[in-house]
Amino acid sequence: MSSLLSDTALVFGRYARQTLRSKLQMLFGVLMPLLYLLFFGPLLTGLPLPSAGSSWQVLVPGLLLQLGLFGAAFCGFGIIVEKQFGVVERMRVTAVSRSALLLGRVLRDAALFVFQAVLLVLAALVMGLRAPLPGILIGFAFVAVLTVALASLSYALALRVNSPQEFGPVINSVTMPSMLLSGLMLPMTLAPAWLNVLSHAMPFRYLVDAVRAAFVGDYASSAVLYGAVVALALAAVSLALGTRAFRRAAA
Amino acid sequence: MPVLSASGLARTFPTRRGPVEAVRGIDLTVERGEILGFLGPNGAGKTTTLRMLTTLLAPTGGTATVAGCDLARDPAGVRRASGYVAQSGGVDPNVSVREELVTQARLYRLGKAEARDRAEELAADLGLTDLLERKTATLSGGQRRRLDVAMGLTHRPEVLFLDEPTTGLDPGSRADLWDLVRRIRAEHGTTVFLTTHYLDEADALADRLVIIDKGVVAADGTPEALKRAHGGSPDASLQDTFLAITGRGITPRDTTPLAV
Ligand SMILES: Nc1ncnc2c1ncn2[C@@H]1O[C@H](COP(=O)(O)OP(=O)(O)OP(=O)(O)O)[C@@H](O)[C@H]1O
Ligand SMILES: [Mg+2]
Repeated sequence: MSSLLSDTALVFGRYARQTLRSKLQMLFGVLMPLLYLLFFGPLLTGLPLPSAGSSWQVLVPGLLLQLGLFGAAFCGFGIIVEKQFGVVERMRVTAVSRSALLLGRVLRDAALFVFQAVLLVLAALVMGLRAPLPGILIGFAFVAVLTVALASLSYALALRVNSPQEFGPVINSVTMPSMLLSGLMLPMTLAPAWLNVLSHAMPFRYLVDAVRAAFVGDYASSAVLYGAVVALALAAVSLALGTRAFRRAAA
Repeated sequence: MPVLSASGLARTFPTRRGPVEAVRGIDLTVERGEILGFLGPNGAGKTTTLRMLTTLLAPTGGTATVAGCDLARDPAGVRRASGYVAQSGGVDPNVSVREELVTQARLYRLGKAEARDRAEELAADLGLTDLLERKTATLSGGQRRRLDVAMGLTHRPEVLFLDEPTTGLDPGSRADLWDLVRRIRAEHGTTVFLTTHYLDEADALADRLVIIDKGVVAADGTPEALKRAHGGSPDASLQDTFLAITGRGITPRDTTPLAV
């Protein structure tokens, strides 16, 4: 157990140092949500949205999870490059714990995207967001758990493919429907019944609803509970799949 | 008790164009402290065998034990006992030589201070001391190969797997590496399992040769015994012996099928 912790810290440190060396990587992920915040957010301020709070309390939770969704789903690209250099096999052949090889990486990713989420919320505050602090912190926690889940899946897939060209299209075909069906931009309660029903089959929807509830101070709501359960279940399954991929990576 | 033994070890890769039988059943044993030369033509299955013996690749058939640990039941034990230098290396171009060496030592669970000292020691052994602060991307091919070798030696493994360690090294560095391998064996009793396409290297370094072809063992013995059996005389060159065994180029006298 203690070796799992120290191994994880070691792998985390290696990748955190790489991230810190690349200022571009640190800021790149925040660009897309920031553009939505600046150029899409103002369109909503006058609209009659069917939810409590201001339009910013509806949009910013979606943008936080958009950051996690797109950022984490593409994490696998990095490991494809590392695999081509032989780094993945070289690390897999050492005594280090298989789980740590995954955990160290996804914790770095979670730290990176929470950092970007903080930047995004600061920008949103300037734009006019007002939300209770515990709600914002809950939002960051959801970003972290979502990142752990999706980055694990992304690494598991990336370990199975041979080139970025195979990887990119798969990720795109998952992220775009996920974004649209989870109501990241506008709440799904606006949707016609069939779309609303369909979106309930999309796990991310529960996370978005949870963070929206948290942003209006509704901490004890069933939305937050369902969101937390779905997020944690997703993370548990994904971590198991990811660890298995590191244990028996082929390609 | 041999330190390594494999029996019927096999690996088939499924591909779109049907299965590729890379390794079709390898039986071999290696004694503690032995330097084994593992030879074979391109595509014979050397790298695939090494990747199985180091737990990177699950065999599709057969069993093996390394340092008393079964490949399937105790892969972690196999990993603790063995070191591996891959044919194509495995260092990150954006990381410094020192950081790679220290991290590698930490991955093998050496303490912080121990890992720092070990990095210095390895750098000295492999002539990398002046390059410690350089990013690995800036190393020459031979310098990077020496770093790859250093990474495999980090935890003083009981069994060391070297996949073409001297490819790309200049003659001086190659001779230095031979000396290093002999010294590691002499000082620590390390077993060395090495592949090479340089037959002079196999002749000079290996106590025993295993020659594989198309995924199976084609010959096994000391260089002298193989020369006598397949090359025609103890003075035959290893080159001729190798070609006779793998059936490329010249044909051995005793099996010549047709009169010329
Ligand atoms: N992942 C894979 N998928 C499909 N075929 C593979 C795979 N890895 C290896 N092979 C095939 O298995 C055979 C053995 O390959 P291997 O790399 O073990 O040969 P080798 O003896 O190390 O050759 P070399 O001397 O060129 O390094 C080759 O025909 C190779 O094309
Ligand atoms: Mg090879």
